[in-house]
Amino acid sequence: MQVTHDRAPARRPGEPLVARLACLAAQPVLARVVRRIAERHPSLFARLGPHQATDFLIDPVELPFALHLRPDPEALVFRAVPRDAAPRPGATIRGRFMLLLELIDAEEDGDAAFFSRDLEVTGDTEAVVRLRNALDDMDGSLAEETAAMFGPPGRAILAKLRRGYLTETERQEAP
Amino acid sequence: MSLAELICPAGTPAALRTAVDAGADAVYCGFQDATNARNFPGLNFTPEELQDAVVYAHMRGAKVLLALNTYPPAGRVDLWREAADAGARIGVDAFIVADMGVADYIARTHPQVRLHLSVQAAASSPEAIRYYCDHFGVKRVVLPRILTIAEIRELRKEIPCEIETFIFGNHGLMVEGRCSLTNYLTGQSTNMDGVCSPASDVEYVRGADGSLSSQLAGFTIDRFGAEEKAGYPTICKGRYAAPHRPEGYYAFEEPVSLNLSRLLPELIEAGVHAFKIEGRQRSKSYVRGVVRAFRAAVDDIRAGREANMADLIALTEGQKQTQGAFETKKWR
Amino acid sequence: MTKLTLGPIAYHWSAETRRDFYARIADEAPVDEVYLGEVICSKRTPFHEPDLPATIERLERAGKTVIVSSLAEVMLKRERKATADLAAMERPEIEVNNAAGLFERGAHPHRIGPFMNAYNEATIDWMAGQGATHVCLPPEMPAEAIAAAAEAAGKLGLGVEVQVFGRASLAVSARCYHARSHGRTKDNCQFVCEADPDGMPLSTRDDTPILRVNGIQTQSESYVDLLPETGRLIADGVTHLRLMPQAADMVAVASVFRQVLDGALEVAEADARLAALCEGTGLANGFYHGTAGYRRIAMAAPA
Repeated sequence: MQVTHDRAPARRPGEPLVARLACLAAQPVLARVVRRIAERHPSLFARLGPHQATDFLIDPVELPFALHLRPDPEALVFRAVPRDAAPRPGATIRGRFMLLLELIDAEEDGDAAFFSRDLEVTGDTEAVVRLRNALDDMDGSLAEETAAMFGPPGRAILAKLRRGYLTETERQEAP
Repeated sequence: MSLAELICPAGTPAALRTAVDAGADAVYCGFQDATNARNFPGLNFTPEELQDAVVYAHMRGAKVLLALNTYPPAGRVDLWREAADAGARIGVDAFIVADMGVADYIARTHPQVRLHLSVQAAASSPEAIRYYCDHFGVKRVVLPRILTIAEIRELRKEIPCEIETFIFGNHGLMVEGRCSLTNYLTGQSTNMDGVCSPASDVEYVRGADGSLSSQLAGFTIDRFGAEEKAGYPTICKGRYAAPHRPEGYYAFEEPVSLNLSRLLPELIEAGVHAFKIEGRQRSKSYVRGVVRAFRAAVDDIRAGREANMADLIALTEGQKQTQGAFETKKWR
Repeated sequence: MTKLTLGPIAYHWSAETRRDFYARIADEAPVDEVYLGEVICSKRTPFHEPDLPATIERLERAGKTVIVSSLAEVMLKRERKATADLAAMERPEIEVNNAAGLFERGAHPHRIGPFMNAYNEATIDWMAGQGATHVCLPPEMPAEAIAAAAEAAGKLGLGVEVQVFGRASLAVSARCYHARSHGRTKDNCQFVCEADPDGMPLSTRDDTPILRVNGIQTQSESYVDLLPETGRLIADGVTHLRLMPQAADMVAVASVFRQVLDGALEVAEADARLAALCEGTGLANGFYHGTAGYRRIAMAAPA
């Protein structure tokens, strides 16, 4: 499956340094999150099949870094990477952070988001379809579960992000 | 008035539970192999998952229908037979079949399990339907999406089995079970492998002008401008050029979704026993939204109230729906 | 002895064109069996049905076995009646392409057409039990499946037929795509399909020819060419090889195949002649080799 090369997103001033600091700060959190998910949702990996070995790049456009996921149960990778240091991915999913979160929770319909071009999928489409089907087979909310790992502060941050996202969405959709 | 059962798609165990919780009367699903026509990567059930699903559904009064609706190629019939045996062991409430050899095997080996006839059998006349009823004891036919309400009414009088029609979801155009377009371009077969325009052959290519090309096996199926909503490169939903249509046009069908909600009262009155919602490859949120809305609508109609369909409009692909052939014959 | 057959004309050729065509076939074409009848669109039938008895007689007089094929899609009352009428015929043989035809025919002998989806030995066994004497396999079947199906059918005494030349039928629909391309529907089509005796070409939006439209049918752009594979097909138990009528000199096409079957012409030379007869239309054999149908797989050595 051919990988399509995209133009790199425009860099904001100071981003490289901010990105590296943010990545360092995020790393222990992400590692904990992915281990917990792997423990509680083992069937997720079965659905990924051969794409357990695929490098996914999840790119939340408004954040100063991207997320590199390799869902290999033997060698799980989930880390924040500065965009200019991202590995060459098998598949990329790019969109606003909260949209990605909503999609992961299957609260939003992925097809609708993609067709409306809010979401950009490039590279191995089968890998993305597998990831989407695997995530869709989870009961409950991945975002909630993840936030709950960090106790009340985690839940509060998630709630705040959600409110901000909804307001932003309403603002954009206002006539 | 018929029971007007809601038959809802279950692509994963979580989606099945979602559909049952949202009010499905029955859910349909498949195994993770070529035995069903939605053999998508990462989708469908292992035998263990199906067993758990049947327990979950039955406890809540819902039925589970197992799709075995593809065509085994010679030399590989055992896969379908074993799938039928597994389904019978697990206790599914019906098999949905298309191939005559599969139907015959099940009728002889598992006569206690209901047989439903898939759209993949392309039985669109009373004679064709009666053939399957007479020889294999088919109890329900899923009609191709191409009959008008008047025709359904007539058909009802001439066939001994129940009628199930699609009510919402992706509009299938080619007579199902008679399409090898995917195999022609990709080498994977809809009938034999259960795939259609498979993701493994899909590529989206961005142009410098912000346009997006959707490709299947290297063939450009469609192209979208920077502001246009994009689509999946399903072959029969692409745009092509003909000598007298050089600009490119939807040669087969526009990517609209079927939505017959407005016709529910008429369809129930015409004798349709069950309504099928398409979408095993759609997300849980889609399934929840659609099933809830139709549950409410059917309950309203059966109680003599007017049904509210506004919620369903937002969920359709490309934001366009059609009532298809059901209202008039102009569609043909 | 392997039989060469001529499949039913898929396109809307005029009655006169058909008469001339079948006259030449009767007089000159080294085919053993000829399929007549309308498979694609019941609106076309009135144009050529009146000629059917004379055509049957002409072909039989020339020593050809004649079979009449039925419609692939049966929905309207007139289509159901046409199917029932065909099923009531004592002779000649009929080829059934829709379960409605099977229902009407009952247990009387009949042939199974390529639209009946006889993909496997279980289905073939069932059909044989219901009176089938012969089966034409779906065009997308790969070599191993053809061999397994042919073996099973052979044991039951059924003839087994595979298309070796001409456009592959890829899909049929209730909607007429010919009419649609002109902004019409099947009801008011004005028979625009008559303008495309080899199918209406469709290209992708970057100008790659991809498919052909023929009424409700979608066909491959390329012609199937299994000339180099005929040896293997025969060795695997296929008894009949079908040539679909295209806009090529079908007498010459049939002659090339016949000479290969008789061992009178080398495969490589024959295939080159075939390509020349097809005048630029691509030749493909992907389905047989288990890959995308549009592909052409070169044989290492002719079988």
